[in-house]
Amino acid sequence: MTHFAAVLLFALFASTVFGITMRETPMRMLRYGAYCFVLFVGSAIALSWLMFLIAR
Amino acid sequence: MATEENKIAAPTPATKSAAQAESQQGFVYLPLIAGWLVPGAGHFLLRKWYRGALLAASIVGMFAMGIVMQGKLHSNPHDILDILSLAGDLGNGLLYVVSRVLGLGAEHVQVTTADYGTRFIVVAGLLNVIAAVDAHNLRTGRKS
Repeated sequence: MTHFAAVLLFALFASTVFGITMRETPMRMLRYGAYCFVLFVGSAIALSWLMFLIAR
Repeated sequence: MATEENKIAAPTPATKSAAQAESQQGFVYLPLIAGWLVPGAGHFLLRKWYRGALLAASIVGMFAMGIVMQGKLHSNPHDILDILSLAGDLGNGLLYVVSRVLGLGAEHVQVTTADYGTRFIVVAGLLNVIAAVDAHNLRTGRKS
């Protein structure tokens, strides 16, 4: 398994739980879950680029 | 303009308190304990089938991925980080116990993915605690 695949799986599982537990209606759960997923993956990519540029 | 039907359907303080009183009957901590022991079981007890199934799939999936990635199951904590990791592992409830009995999980982290696997297992436990508390909130009427 690649590191990025691990990031995607982690984001998917955590976002699903966050969406269901933090909101009350199905539509709001879906939107919040998608929001968390994007934040998880986006922050991982941004931090990866930051570390790459610092290491050079 | 409110119709007669809307007037009946609108929750009044009296009906709200009656619903809360009804939700307090029985052992209110049962969904919390069941949800901790078996991921999603708290929601299943409350007949929230889809939510329970999604929570169970997410938490068990994350725990299983951690085991497959040769993650470590903490047992004998030596420092504060080990103690915190053990607390996270214990959040998995029976998944942790069964895995320990079956000897799953690595004793030592030797490859990079095993370090990720260890975090997967800890976070699965923490997510399970969140899900169990959510089931408790549904049971007490704090959440719908």
